[in-house]
Formats: sequence, structure tokens, C-alpha cells
Amino acid sequence: MSTYVVHVIIENKPNISDPEGDTILNDLVLKSKNYSIKKIRVGKILKFTIEATDKKKAEKTVENICQELRIFNPLVSNIVIETKTN
Amino acid sequence: MCINFIGEIINIIVKVGVIVFPGSNCDRDMFHVLSDVFDLNTQYYWHEKGLPNNIDAVVLPGGFSYGDRLRAGVIAAHSPVINDVKKLANKGIPILGVCNGFQILVESNLLPGVLLKNESLNFMCQWTNLIVKNNKTPFTNKLQLNQKIPIPIANGEGRYYVDSQLMHDLKKHNQIVFAYEDYVNGSVEQIAGICNEDGNVVGMMPHPERAAEKLINPLDNKPSSLIFESLIHTLGVKN
Repeated sequence: MSTYVVHVIIENKPNISDPEGDTILNDLVLKSKNYSIKKIRVGKILKFTIEATDKKKAEKTVENICQELRIFNPLVSNIVIETKTN
Repeated sequence: MCINFIGEIINIIVKVGVIVFPGSNCDRDMFHVLSDVFDLNTQYYWHEKGLPNNIDAVVLPGGFSYGDRLRAGVIAAHSPVINDVKKLANKGIPILGVCNGFQILVESNLLPGVLLKNESLNFMCQWTNLIVKNNKTPFTNKLQLNQKIPIPIANGEGRYYVDSQLMHDLKKHNQIVFAYEDYVNGSVEQIAGICNEDGNVVGMMPHPERAAEKLINPLDNKPSSLIFESLIHTLGVKN
């Protein structure tokens, strides 16, 4: 068994407006003349520290938990799962 | 509810349950309005305990269950009491979710859609006007279609959203119950309240329990009172 840290990034789907991201872009980043930045989306990250036999199983377990317990709302959000070995 | 030998319905036996979650803060207001203003036999039910089978109506009050952590209503949606709420909903028992109660009903899949952060990202606490879009539910049957209801909102995550397919379904089954008169928070089609397909489960972001008494409503308390009088009418109670 190894310990993995599985990162779950929850982000709203592209068609869902993100007023917080828009505010950061328009009122902070662009006002500071960082004109190369075209878009900012705000998300949420959850870090699951999990013991598993391999990385794939660790990710699958976390993904199942996220779906079963509605950690993210599939109507408006997507998740991205990334893993780091501890 | 039961009927005595001369045919009068005895309201003391009607049981309305107000569910209390950790972080509910409108439970007492709701209890007060149901019991003191509308004379309904009301009881609190802690979210870890079951609901009796013979309950006649259930209200999920407003508040901040679990401090709105992760997403408003999602943690409370996994409370043991929700299984009983689902069973009662399937039996056709009237269920009302107000504000956080609405968020819990949505996160429990008892109602479709989702409640996102308000467009302004602010907690909004103000008077609004609702327009009645469906007066066939147990909570709106004493209201007129398109009747205006002055009523306060108090929420941070009240922007109702459904995709176009779900919106089509909502309209097809007449599930839009209340809409804001004006643009308030970015809700799709200015929706403020919806019901399930059968109409017995209703969720609304505004607070009727804060608007049903003349003493605390500077505008017009009658329309909000009719939400509770609709329930009384549905339950067949003689007040």
C-alpha cells in the first residue's frame, strides 16, 4: 500500500457564468495591464490523502466518492483528477 | 388528520414537521408561523432522527446547514432524515423547502436544477416581488395566477440554474411556481421557486415565514399568508 494525494479540481462548465473569475480578470488582472490574459475561471480544489495499492485505484476510489456524494454538481461542474505520490 | 362524528376535521391531529439541521436558523420562525399564526400542530424533527409515517406535511427551513460548506445544502442532503423525506414525497405528502431548505431539496435530487452563487457574489437581503406562475401546488392553491407577493430574500446562493433541456421539462410539467418580478440575482428566467413533477414538493428561495404577519411585513402580508393558507386548505383543516 502506498499513500497518494489525489487532487480534485472542481470547475464550473464553460457555459456557466463565473462572476468571480470575471471580476478577477477585469478589475485586477487587466487593470494591472496584463493584457495577455484572456480569461480566468475560478474553481475549488480538494486534496484527498488516500492509501491504495496503485495510483489508478486511488483515483478511481476518489472519483467514485465525488460522484456518489455529489462532491461536485454534475449539472454545472466538471472535475479534473490529478495525483501525486506522497 | 381525522374527522369526528359530526364531520369536523380535527386539526390538532394534523402534524406538520419542521426539520432542524445543524445550522438551520429559520426553524423557529417557521415553527412560530405554522403553530402560533396558523394554528397547525407543528413539531421539530432533528435531522438524525426519522419522520413518523403519519406526518401530514414537512418543511425544510432556511439557514446555513453545515455552514454552507462545500456547497449550500449538499451535506444536509445526506442526512438520515432525507430518506424519510423522499419516502413521504413519493407518497404525495406536501414538502416545502425555503431558502437553504430549497437548496437541500435540489441537492437531494427531490427537485431539479441547482442554486449557484448570486450573480453579484453578495449575500442578498432585501424585499422582492414574486409572481405566482403555478397555483396548483399544495402551497399555492389559494393564490391567483400572476398574483404578486411582496417577500424578502436572504441568501448568497440563490441563482437558480437549469440547462435548456431541463428548462423544457420544467415548462412542460408546469414546474415553475414563482418568478421574481424584476431581475434580482441572475436566476434563469428569474425563477424563485419550483416544484417536482407531481407538484407536492415545492422549493422557494424567498422567506414566506418572514412575510406572513402584518407586524413584520411593511408591504402586504396577505399574499404570503396565502402560502400557509394553501397548505391548510390542502390538509383540510378548519381554522
